[in-house]
Amino acid sequence: MSQKVHPYIPNMVPEVQAEMLKVIGAESIMELYSCIPEELQLKENLELPPALTEYELRRHIEGILNKNTSTKEYVNFLGAGCWQHFIPAVCDEINQRSEFLTAYAGEPYEDHGRFQALFEYQSLLAELVDMDVVNVPTFDWGQAAATSIRMAARITGRKKVLLAKTVAPERSKIIINYGAPTLEFEYVQFDTKSGAMDLEDLKTKLTEDVAALYFENPSYLGFIEAQGQEISKLLKENESLMVVGVDPISLGVLAPPSHYGADIVCGDLQPLGMHMNYSGGQAGFIATHNELKFVNEYPSRLFGIVPTVKEGEYGFGDVAYERTSFAQREKGKESVGTQTALWGITAGVYLALLGPDGMQEVGQTIMQNSQYAVQQLNQIANVSGSHFESPFFKEFIVDFNQTGYTVEQINHRLLDKKIFGGKDLSLEFPEFGQTALFCVTEVHTKEDIDGLVQALKDILAK
Amino acid sequence: MQRIQRKSKTRDFHQAKWNEPIIFELHQPGEKGVELPPVNENVALSVGDGTSAIPASMQRKNKPNLPEIGQARVLRHYLRLSQETLGSDFNVEIGQGTCTMKYIPKINELLVRDPKMMELHPLQNEETVQGMLEIFYKLDLCMREISGMDCFSFQPSSGTQALFAMASIVRKYHEQNGEGDKRDEIITTIFSHPSQAATAAVKGYKIITLHPDENGFPDIEKLKAAVSERTAGFVVANPEDTGIFNPKIKEFTDVIHQAGGLCFYDQANANGLLGITRAKEAGFDMCFFNLHKTFAAPHMCGGPATGALGVTAELKEYLPAPTVEYHDGKYSLNNDLAHSIGKVRSFHGVAQTVLRAYAWIRALGAEGLKEVAKIAVLNNNYMYHKVLAIRGASAPYVKGHRLEQVRYSWEQLTQETGVTTEDVTLRMTDFGLHYWTSHHPYIVKQPFTLEPTESYSKEDLDEYIHALEQISKEAYENPEIVKTAPHNSTIHKMDEQDYLDNPDKWCITWRTYLKNTKAYDLVN
Repeated sequence: MSQKVHPYIPNMVPEVQAEMLKVIGAESIMELYSCIPEELQLKENLELPPALTEYELRRHIEGILNKNTSTKEYVNFLGAGCWQHFIPAVCDEINQRSEFLTAYAGEPYEDHGRFQALFEYQSLLAELVDMDVVNVPTFDWGQAAATSIRMAARITGRKKVLLAKTVAPERSKIIINYGAPTLEFEYVQFDTKSGAMDLEDLKTKLTEDVAALYFENPSYLGFIEAQGQEISKLLKENESLMVVGVDPISLGVLAPPSHYGADIVCGDLQPLGMHMNYSGGQAGFIATHNELKFVNEYPSRLFGIVPTVKEGEYGFGDVAYERTSFAQREKGKESVGTQTALWGITAGVYLALLGPDGMQEVGQTIMQNSQYAVQQLNQIANVSGSHFESPFFKEFIVDFNQTGYTVEQINHRLLDKKIFGGKDLSLEFPEFGQTALFCVTEVHTKEDIDGLVQALKDILAK
Repeated sequence: MQRIQRKSKTRDFHQAKWNEPIIFELHQPGEKGVELPPVNENVALSVGDGTSAIPASMQRKNKPNLPEIGQARVLRHYLRLSQETLGSDFNVEIGQGTCTMKYIPKINELLVRDPKMMELHPLQNEETVQGMLEIFYKLDLCMREISGMDCFSFQPSSGTQALFAMASIVRKYHEQNGEGDKRDEIITTIFSHPSQAATAAVKGYKIITLHPDENGFPDIEKLKAAVSERTAGFVVANPEDTGIFNPKIKEFTDVIHQAGGLCFYDQANANGLLGITRAKEAGFDMCFFNLHKTFAAPHMCGGPATGALGVTAELKEYLPAPTVEYHDGKYSLNNDLAHSIGKVRSFHGVAQTVLRAYAWIRALGAEGLKEVAKIAVLNNNYMYHKVLAIRGASAPYVKGHRLEQVRYSWEQLTQETGVTTEDVTLRMTDFGLHYWTSHHPYIVKQPFTLEPTESYSKEDLDEYIHALEQISKEAYENPEIVKTAPHNSTIHKMDEQDYLDNPDKWCITWRTYLKNTKAYDLVN
């Protein structure tokens, strides 16, 4: 062994080790491993690349990262579950703070600030979705939806779950794996012209064993589902619950699902202040009414506000902790553990910065920019800017069927022009043929959009 | 100047106390926190206000009831809350046992803030993310060597999610072999993390929980009695939360395999084992490592995180897709896995944590990793000897050495003084230290769990030990000090249970608090 002391391991100093071993009454550190049978102990060192000093490490990692091309270098129109939005500098400042970055599961006393920041996040998001209960965040939208659905199944005591066929297929994989084998899933079809849910198909499938219907609004395919009230009425008649997934950045301008009858609302926090991080920015939320039947079914931690013995002080703690798997192991509600708390705090910072007007403004700007993009794309011969005739929020399906090119070919050529084109939908929704899901937000300038249109004109003219 | 004398062995500490209002109380109508990117005038001229396109039924009628606050005040609010949070960068962080709270290297935080990491979209063309895929793949190679497994997925985004993914693989594997319905039981142990049992139950399994023998070891005879043609799998940590290593682990995995089950290893915390012993040699089919524990990624108040999931070649096709492959000088995503369980998390998982873990391994190398394990075990055994010498403390079960952590007991202290382990939790706060009891149920009475890792010096360990000694002394001499703690915390003792367990009183959001305290109508 090299006697070089590593900066991360202070007690490699030999004199200190000797002193500590003396206290323990052992001759060597390896003696402490005598409980591990000889045949299980490795005889050789692991075969790993050699250790690097801090400077060498930085050069090495930066060298690898330099092989990436980021959305700062190319203009990006990809969304489909992870979206590029404006991130206020204060969001980064707060989530990079050592105190929040390195805290974990401390008690409400020494981590008072963590508890308050998460309670405030719950409270701020509650205003956005206009519901009374919000959880400490879960992993991502998929997990939030999967858990919301299982909550609905426990509340109703039913096993069948209807999913809108327009739910993101990758999200459905998470939901279905999480529900199986306990739950059965069935898809509800949609109108191919508008994307809207086929209410006749819903009526047929809405049998008495249906626990819940899950749909998304705005949908994965971008359009706004306008039939919320009608869907809710059908579900209520059947005593089934309505679970709605939502993009929270739309809620300054779109009605929150609680206004059209949702019982459980879920979605992804990533648009509210998280960098995309190659998907490391995702975080899920769940919101419900403040009724015991809902609160008791959350697997997540729920922080509540509590008075202390001193007037004028707020304290915080875990509400109804006995529900959780921390308290009850397999008899608790699903499971709880490390999820995405720091992104909850960040989403709170974002909502506090934007306020009511900011949330409305960002929603409006997104809609103006995305409508402008579709309007301009429609000017290109043989391209249809929006496959559906319904209004949309920030994503829309661009139809290339009449161009004679595949989306793959077009996206490859866009790449040469430093543009990341929309997500190719030809595998997930082959019935649409050669279409792509484009995303336009408040970060896109008119020049970005005009540049895309010009690039497509050039590509398709050849 | 006279020399300042510092004789006290415990730290004279007081946590920050800002008495910061709830953020809604900072509302000043008309203030603004940030300016958004404006809409281009010509865009607005072309399309109008944009929102008229929303069907009437879907238009938001009232703005969300969020506060309006200037930027500096928002910043100050959250900075103050951060100061009221005891992050691991600030304290001798050994009281949250089982969580492997180690030093978080600052260089890694600098690296994850590179725009070529932060600003990548997960669906970018593979050609444009070769660097990111290279880091995934190279970490996979390191993990294979550390565990003996044959392929890793970094999609699971915590230990709990990795456990869930493993239970999903167990189910899919038996379904594939036509035994999905028959094999409906998973065996675990009581000293394993609650998520082992909980996630298997989510996958529809009946849970059989083994209790330890009188020495704290999982009992092989109980295991033999529990296995049958219904056994789907066995999930266990080794060492368990007690820090006791089960030397018969290979016999355990053999018993399960003979019964036709799969063995999966909870290595969330593998800190005492790096370079010492591996999952493969102990006969496991799968294992996972928490990158936010053993591999020095920060805990971030509880995520985002990664439970790196490794499997043997036989189970590779069951992993959540995509995996990262390397052929002919190119990295690529492989979605073509014949028996994949589907997905457990969107896209690729938490890429920043993957990068941090890779950077940490590269900063240490093979010898460094083994030093991590050895020093973690040295530190733990040093503490073990010191803590056992404290009046009222003990460590039930087998005598002799432990690995990286120990579950202790204050049972004697409680019997002799009335001071409980929960009381000690609050008093430790007064010294600027975390202290965690244990997961429920309390098999060890009045438990506490310490895990000193490799990150702390002997002096650091002594500081923690002195605080425990001080509290023991107080418990015997003046227990009121302990029972009325905390005294130096941000807040005073809470009037908890009624507000947390009574549905008529609990307030999970500020709006509920205002409603419950009749203030809602006044504010709105």
